[in-house]
Amino acid sequence: MKKTFTDAVAALDGVLHDGMTICCGGFGLSGMPERLIDAIEASGVKDLTIASNNAGIDGVGLGKLLRSRQVKKMISSYVGENKEFERQYLSGELEVEFCPQGTLAERCRAGGAGIPGFYTKTGVGTQVADGKETKNFDGEDYILERAIFADLSIIKGWKADEAGNLIFRKTARNFNEPMATSSYMTVAEVEEIVPVGSIDPDQIHIPSIYVKRLICGAPYEKHIEFRMTRERESA
Amino acid sequence: MTDAPKGWDRNQMAARAAQELQDGFYVNLGIGIPTLVANHIPDGVEVTLQSENGMLGIGPFPYDDQVDADLINAGKQTISELPQSAYFGSDQSFAMIRGGHIDLSVLGAMEISENGDIANWMIPGKMIKGMGGAMDLVAGVKKIIVVMDHTSKSGEPKFIPECTLPLTGANSVDMIITNLCVFQRIDHDSPFQLIERAPDVSEADIAACTPANYTT
Repeated sequence: MKKTFTDAVAALDGVLHDGMTICCGGFGLSGMPERLIDAIEASGVKDLTIASNNAGIDGVGLGKLLRSRQVKKMISSYVGENKEFERQYLSGELEVEFCPQGTLAERCRAGGAGIPGFYTKTGVGTQVADGKETKNFDGEDYILERAIFADLSIIKGWKADEAGNLIFRKTARNFNEPMATSSYMTVAEVEEIVPVGSIDPDQIHIPSIYVKRLICGAPYEKHIEFRMTRERESA
Repeated sequence: MTDAPKGWDRNQMAARAAQELQDGFYVNLGIGIPTLVANHIPDGVEVTLQSENGMLGIGPFPYDDQVDADLINAGKQTISELPQSAYFGSDQSFAMIRGGHIDLSVLGAMEISENGDIANWMIPGKMIKGMGGAMDLVAGVKKIIVVMDHTSKSGEPKFIPECTLPLTGANSVDMIITNLCVFQRIDHDSPFQLIERAPDVSEADIAACTPANYTT
């Protein structure tokens, strides 16, 4: 079965519908699936629930879907650096579920692994525990967190082969790895698609079973939120 | 409060926190003063810095021609890698945090209570940015050091009997380093003890701006 598509619009054909839940990879703007986000914006699909660590910045990444009012609810751990998000949140237009970063990653990993919930120490004694079951194991309290399993996952990788085996590069891996597993329709965009056999099977980060559709989104002009450098010491 | 002693500056507070580093430690540093701790790692002590977006072995800021958008820290700043660096996904990153494999985390805080509760993620009525990884860190890391000014910008004490702000974690903090002094406790059932004062800071100076109970 052919998994490669010509572009993001083609790769998302038939999978988008109003009110759906989407898991989106990336950390800040690093490793965000920007071609797929653009195609979702262009489709006009609305009332989306999006699980993503962050919500992009104004007009960039998921910030585009906020600007176009396609998002009903965000499940995120950190949403700074985004004025439109702030405006919609404070006016009540946008629903937000704040979820600790590690809990969000595990909720998606667990969802993909067929585990409907898990107990964690994270958030015990805080607002995050409100309304959640608490259980004591060996003298310590834990709260029950529910898994996330979405209608669609969108991720960004570095390279993939035509079968869908995929590898990431450096810290652009981040949430793309758990999000790749947390739906039955994971669409990946990568910088290069290579023939089967070009990637050492021992080096594959995401096995092909999780990647249903694939596009090459190159060329990329990657975004940097805070460019920091140091001076070379003079010889 | 105008005649209150200033005590240590940001770098001196970071240097004091760095004295808690031990050879072989895996460490997560928060944003702000905690980041400065990396500049004060004692000679002969090797530590590996973790970045919760998925890296062990954070290197220094890159040279201008080596900036890489795929290589950032949790503060979304460009960084570099070291020969011993490793990359992984967010689920693995927080498995090592939640699982207690990280030895030490240094964080900032808005309030600490006398029983070790920490509040550093939201102020009711103000825009909420989210807790990021802070709740996972304070719940999972073996030792939590808070580095913060002893009082807020408006002069309000920050080490207090009970937090007034929503908590990041309950009974989590092991050591508090402020511009005036260091508090420590031996376990999570014990009270904090005043173990060190900045130069020219008296016990009375500290008591005057510390409503929390502590031992001396």
